[in-house]
Amino acid sequence: MYEGPVQDLIDELGRLPGVGPKSAQRIAFHLLAAEPADIARLQDALQRVKEGVVFCEVCGNVSEETQCRICRDARRDSTVVCVVEEPKDVVAVERTREFKGRYHVLGGALDPLSGVGPDQLRIRQLLARLGAADGGAEISEIIIATDPNTEGEATATYLVRMLRDFPGLTVTRLASGLPMGGDLEFADELTLGRALSGRRAM
Amino acid sequence: MYVRQLQVSDFRSWVQADVAFEPGVSVLVGQNGQGKTNLVEALGYVATLGSHRVATDAPLVRHGAEHAVVRAAVVNDGRELLVELEITPGRANRARVNRGPVPRPREVLGILRTVLFAPEDLALVRGDPGERRRCLDELLVSRAPRYAGVRADYERVLKQRGALLKTAGAARRAGGKGDIRTLDVWDGHLARHGAELLAGRLDLVADLAPHVTRAYADVAPESRPAVIGYRSSLGDALPEGVGRPDGPRADLAALEAALLEELGRVRSQEVDRGVCLVGPHRDELELALGELPAKGYASHGESWSFALALRLGAYELLRADGSEPVLVLDDVFAELDRRRRQQLAKVASAAEQVLVTAAVGEDVPDELAGARYEVRDGEVRRAS
Ligand SMILES: Nc1ncnc2c1ncn2[C@@H]1O[C@H](COP(=O)(O)OP(=O)(O)O)[C@@H](O)[C@H]1O
Ligand SMILES: [Mg+2]
Ligand SMILES: [Zn+2]
Repeated sequence: MYEGPVQDLIDELGRLPGVGPKSAQRIAFHLLAAEPADIARLQDALQRVKEGVVFCEVCGNVSEETQCRICRDARRDSTVVCVVEEPKDVVAVERTREFKGRYHVLGGALDPLSGVGPDQLRIRQLLARLGAADGGAEISEIIIATDPNTEGEATATYLVRMLRDFPGLTVTRLASGLPMGGDLEFADELTLGRALSGRRAM
Repeated sequence: MYVRQLQVSDFRSWVQADVAFEPGVSVLVGQNGQGKTNLVEALGYVATLGSHRVATDAPLVRHGAEHAVVRAAVVNDGRELLVELEITPGRANRARVNRGPVPRPREVLGILRTVLFAPEDLALVRGDPGERRRCLDELLVSRAPRYAGVRADYERVLKQRGALLKTAGAARRAGGKGDIRTLDVWDGHLARHGAELLAGRLDLVADLAPHVTRAYADVAPESRPAVIGYRSSLGDALPEGVGRPDGPRADLAALEAALLEELGRVRSQEVDRGVCLVGPHRDELELALGELPAKGYASHGESWSFALALRLGAYELLRADGSEPVLVLDDVFAELDRRRRQQLAKVASAAEQVLVTAAVGEDVPDELAGARYEVRDGEVRRAS
């Protein structure tokens, strides 16, 4: 234990995902020795992330404006929508360079243990997108790219059930081969790219 | 297979230990509390990623240390693999094989197989059904490591579905409707993973049963025959004969369908009570002596014999599968009478490798002479 502010900082850092007690301590002492200007930049970035970031009104991805860059990009195919759990999964799929369509970010997965049911996810918004003509073109395919773990699989099954009655809509799921039990973001580009191109109709 | 070397640091009472073993018999002798069981527990952890004494990892890390490390060099068919595990309570363990990291600790399962018999095993006969389910599941994983994943998936689905039922049940009791829109989805997943686990267990019990009966007859020939059988929460919905040595093998699709149907049947009960009533987590490995259940009826001596027969049966089954597990006998000779000691010694002396712990050397039968180690004051010394 350290005294006062240093220990407070270590405790706060230690609550971040992927940061253990040892790393928290290392980061804290790094910051303690840093130039005031560096600290100011970090402080500023932290401030802006809460104040300046909004969620795209169409897809739910993090955005600087009411619509995100991908939803605004007219070159992207608006007939194919890839459904993911989190904004970080958008980044993971983008990294593969395999996907030229649009996204829908659910904001999580079905997780009764954490009190997350269908109403806590952006499922209603997805159905609304399917109902309305999106950017002039109807959505013809939904790719479900939830995490390959218990909660992601359950969410996928639920979505398939919700979507099966939309006429003319193909629902696909990433091909197996992703490491089971993991997060989408941890899959390497090649594996994820292959899972994407080998997707199966449900 | 055999363990050529075991190293631990900050595991239980051990700051550091480094023990070289050979095939055949090794006896660790030392007074109570010197850390003998801690050593074989470390070895068991390499084999099962769990302890036979505690359900969580925290007690395994030496008091005051941040994490424990266990290393075991295991020789199988002349090929040596080095398994290293770093155990950090509350966080995912880290594992390496031959110094290369593996993505998940689960991947070390199967490198070392052990069958451990310890005083705690009396709970197999006298304890809760959970003890017997755990014993079955661990043997299942030992036989086919992929069941570690099946087990984990099932438990996760079970937890999630349980949480859903609990919330919905509470809402109903408060006069609401209870949101069960996703229950069908969880039912489907529970049935799928549940069927896999159930099929594994049923076939395992079918294969294990004759070995246990035989082992029991060897240990206690004067007693009534020992019989084990699997009782499923599916009851009569379980296809006829599966799980019995002379019955058909388990059919995954049939079990999944049966589970799903049964879940449908008990649904309103489940929602009212807020608990999962059907699935392998409610099943029981039944132990009987003749017509009578062992639990509640067997004498102290018979209970010990049954526990021993379960372990020896498991050992024989794994051997029959083709790869000989390491036999570990932790402080058990003092508990057994002469006949059972001799029977155990007979099996053990023929094992490729057996590790024995005892407080005094005289407790160990003469057949199990062999390498001796003294465990004292935080050190392990080869004595002969
Ligand atoms: N996490 C731990 N940290 C330090 N000591 C421990 C820890 N867990 C158990 N011990 C100590 O280990 C000893 C028991 O060792 P054990 O291997 O069971 O003895 P035995 O030689 O009788 O089999 C006890 O003295 C206990 O206090
Ligand atoms: Mg002991
Ligand atoms: Zn968008």
